[in-house]
Amino acid sequence: MTNIINPVVVLGGLGLLFGVLLSIASKVFVVEVDPKIEDVLNALPGANCGACGYPGCAGCAAAIAQGKAPVTACTIGGQKVAENVADIMGVNAAQMDRNVAVVLCQGDCDKAKDKYVYQGLQDCRIQATLAGGQKECSYGCLGCGSCFDVCEFNAIRMINGIAVINKENCTACNKCVEICPKRIIEMVPYDSTAIVKCKSEDPGKLVRGYCSIGCIGCKICVKNCPTEAFSFENNLAWINYDKCINCLVCVEKCPTNAIDNSSIVSEEFAREFAS
Amino acid sequence: MSLFAIMVSTILVNNYVFARFLGICPFLGVSNKMETATGMGFAVTFVTTLASIITYIIQKSILDTLGLQYLQTIVFILVIASLVQFVELALKKISPGLYSAMGVFLPLITTNCMVLGVAILNIQEGFTLLQTTVNAVGASLGFFLALILIAALREKMDIADIPEALAGFPITLIAAGLMSIAFTGFAGLV
Repeated sequence: MTNIINPVVVLGGLGLLFGVLLSIASKVFVVEVDPKIEDVLNALPGANCGACGYPGCAGCAAAIAQGKAPVTACTIGGQKVAENVADIMGVNAAQMDRNVAVVLCQGDCDKAKDKYVYQGLQDCRIQATLAGGQKECSYGCLGCGSCFDVCEFNAIRMINGIAVINKENCTACNKCVEICPKRIIEMVPYDSTAIVKCKSEDPGKLVRGYCSIGCIGCKICVKNCPTEAFSFENNLAWINYDKCINCLVCVEKCPTNAIDNSSIVSEEFAREFAS
Repeated sequence: MSLFAIMVSTILVNNYVFARFLGICPFLGVSNKMETATGMGFAVTFVTTLASIITYIIQKSILDTLGLQYLQTIVFILVIASLVQFVELALKKISPGLYSAMGVFLPLITTNCMVLGVAILNIQEGFTLLQTTVNAVGASLGFFLALILIAALREKMDIADIPEALAGFPITLIAAGLMSIAFTGFAGLV
């Protein structure tokens, strides 16, 4: 009889012991969870796609509830999900700024000089390991289209050797921002039109030598901006988008056209995205 | 066997992934990125060490005294599953930072056969409690090493020009196989 009773008692006893221990532990180690997190989580699509940059919808919900992420953090859910989340968080979704990615380089094949001809794999991350890429400018777009490859929303095209982003299609999923080895894709407010499309921190003389459309650090934009939205750092002009009133004075005055009016699209751009 | 010999043997010679082929699921599952690989590595080290010590005590004090050695597998699984649950609960409260660092990986470890394998082999080898602890730490460090090596390779292979038929998992399995062959070079070290 003990042959049967012993194992049953041991296994059953251990199971019971662990069960009791765990239930005690769950009471002792209870963590107060913000009820908002649960509500936000229910409002999210629950696809755990990771496009928001957080580990799954639960991570995104926690970030939203703590105010670390905007209510529009879920790029896949779009306006509808954003509105539901905004209701829970008590803010207005319409007030939230929509951000879009923009490539901060205009040095295409005609405007920027190369230091060598790259014939390897068509991947920017590999080209960047060879002396920083084929362009003489060590800050510019490499043009292999790694961002184009990762974009799932048909928002990026390679035109004349540089990447351009169609802000209408951009969902701010950040994939291109992460993959770009040169870190020249950044998020800017959807409504901003004047954008400094250059990241070169080289002195103006050098920039003039290798690129006809780079920022040469002349500070004309800083002097002419009516709202003092420009700052100047590391040989490069920066716009504070909160102060910018889109008067476009800087775009007119910039001697190299490094500041671009992003609301005007080239014919080639329109043709690429029409097809 | 000296403790040092046990350590070297379990990390390199009898590496649990490359020589004993245990823990292959997490080895392939979470080795896409270096970051997740390190998270998993730490979590496994933590749980394996704790589980080995507790299973050793239960084996010696309960199973051996009652002559119930045949219940070993199921009891050990019970211990590991409850332990993982407990550690998760405790970590959440005590160290939220550590919890968020390896939170997603903790529940996955319940099904990591390496944890169970180490616990059972400790008993089979007739180790003492100290040797068991050293063996468990060594085993998880070996797993950690394997995970980091393959994660580093996979990060490089992501952007390499691999024939379409081999891209993804096939090339990872080939790389893992080659690495296993390379690890046989350590045979005879201890």
